Amino acid sequence: MTDQKPIHSAVLVKQVPDTHNITGEVMTKDGTMNRNALPAIFNPEDLNALEMALQIRERRGGTVTVITMGPPKAANVLRDALFRGADRVILLTDRKFAGADTLATSYVLKCAVEKAGPFDLLFCGRQAIDGDTAQVGPQLAEKLGIPQITYAETIVEISGDQIVAERVLDSGSEIVRCKLPALLTVVGSANTPRPASVRRRIERKLAAAPGEYAAIRAAWPEFESDAQLETYLTAHGLKIAVWTAEDIGASEEQVGLAGSPTQVHKINFVVLESTESKTIPATPEGIAAMVQELVHEYIVG
Amino acid sequence: MTGQNSIWVFIEQTDGKIADVSLELTGKARELADQLGYDVVGLVFGHDVEPLAQQVIERGADRVLLADHPELAVYRTLPYARVAIAEARARKPEIFLIGGSPNGRDLAPRVASALRCGLTADCTDLQIGEYTIRKENKTYPNLLYQIRPAFGGNLIATIVNPKTRPQMATVREGVMRMPAAQPGRTGTIEKVVPAFEPGDFALEVLSRQVRHSTVQLKEAPVVVSGGAGIGSAEDFALLRDLANLLGGEVGASRAAVDAGMIARPHQVGQTGTTVRPRLYIAAGISGAIQHRAGMDQSSKIIAINTDPNAPMFQIAHYKIVGDVAEVLPMIIKALRERSMSDGSTDGE
Repeated sequence: MTDQKPIHSAVLVKQVPDTHNITGEVMTKDGTMNRNALPAIFNPEDLNALEMALQIRERRGGTVTVITMGPPKAANVLRDALFRGADRVILLTDRKFAGADTLATSYVLKCAVEKAGPFDLLFCGRQAIDGDTAQVGPQLAEKLGIPQITYAETIVEISGDQIVAERVLDSGSEIVRCKLPALLTVVGSANTPRPASVRRRIERKLAAAPGEYAAIRAAWPEFESDAQLETYLTAHGLKIAVWTAEDIGASEEQVGLAGSPTQVHKINFVVLESTESKTIPATPEGIAAMVQELVHEYIVG
Repeated sequence: MTGQNSIWVFIEQTDGKIADVSLELTGKARELADQLGYDVVGLVFGHDVEPLAQQVIERGADRVLLADHPELAVYRTLPYARVAIAEARARKPEIFLIGGSPNGRDLAPRVASALRCGLTADCTDLQIGEYTIRKENKTYPNLLYQIRPAFGGNLIATIVNPKTRPQMATVREGVMRMPAAQPGRTGTIEKVVPAFEPGDFALEVLSRQVRHSTVQLKEAPVVVSGGAGIGSAEDFALLRDLANLLGGEVGASRAAVDAGMIARPHQVGQTGTTVRPRLYIAAGISGAIQHRAGMDQSSKIIAINTDPNAPMFQIAHYKIVGDVAEVLPMIIKALRERSMSDGSTDGE
């Protein structure tokens, strides 16, 4: 490649409850979910998005910035991103952000990207496993006024100010060429995300957001004040930046519940219709009788 | 006006063929519009697609907005969004429905963001109702209830957008029933001239490969589905044997797909395919609401699970508590023996 300009990327990620591992044990007797039984994880396809950005940095140089909006504990996914090789991480947290739907979320991310950027490429996972909406990526692209490449699986090349990528759809695939800057949403089949490196886990073990300084200082008494710890973390690229609505210049009426046009009218517990049902013993005789009945009712031809 | 007091449906087409989901949504829109006294408007975008307009009218649309332009020949986010956003701003539809296909899920959020309106993905039902905001002591009538399974558990959420328009929702293929065509049904066709901007062509499609799925879940009379309780991809072979024997198709829960045991086109459920077969066999599927939403209208359901408390048992007609790897061969054997005995007694 002739043009080896470094590529600066931002990856937008989300900490989600691990809904993939919902089992009988997570469900309570009255049919609700015991959320505490679900661990909070790095949204799986966001890891594919991060991996794609890291691979581009390896080929082209540049930086990878990882941004998340969430409660203070979402700092955990940012620490994980640092262990996997991110250069810089930013936590967007503010009580005002609570209750955001995808529109309000994409607005907050847009404000943060504009403050943290400029970037050549933005990456999101295709969708988050807790809502499965796949909306925030395209909404963020729209708010930034940049094109989007959804369902991206492979980056064919980046040259000059253009990216060529392959999209995978249910109905086939597409190769598209797009001007930078652009936003990609990345599918799970794109790559195998690298694990957190052991070396970086050790080097970056102190990575912390200001809200976590007390805990760090309890474990590392050599830091005599928050200010001293902060100086150290900043100097070593270990400070997890925390930005509020005010920090990113977000207008209050566009964030959180206030900025969310969708409202939950009601939540119904699913009352399973009691079906007229038969318990069939798991024996050859029991099964044969069931098959006979199905044949008799013309269910099985 | 083709906007106020109207329900819009984005008509997705590929190479001049309308996606089933768009016609299914046209049928649902007709039903909702009749309740409200609204019009149904189909948005047909493409190049040389004028003949499609009549098909949309025959499935229940009163009007078609036709944007026929070479730049719209192949779906691309920005040119399509440009037209949809401009028309929605000018005509102000009440409701805007888009199929939950990859392209629909690409377009809908882009449009909703520009219009700053609410959008609910993958609804499993749409109804009309009212909503009261107590703080304002105000009731909003005739809202679109966007109904979908919520966050992980056994919950169904009804979402409304009381204050923004249009009220947008996406719905997957197969969730709504395909309306019958009414040949000769009449409606009006209005041509729209797109006002593109140079930035709309930032992306070009260099090549397209259309893969015709060999998985025919939606129409299959029998679906044999496996979930996390199936040990491995090899064990899915048992499901395939059984499906072949019954003239059916193999389905799967999301857990099985995510575990890489079977390809995604086989996924049944809210984010997969909705099926209504004569017989549904759920093997090793616990029965999360997202899965049940895609199969609970099956005529007969057989559930096989080692866990006697699996939610799937609560909607099953036949409950078999046992190991899939043992039970499936028993069913296969019983079916084979039945076939053989049929042959000997009837001489067929």
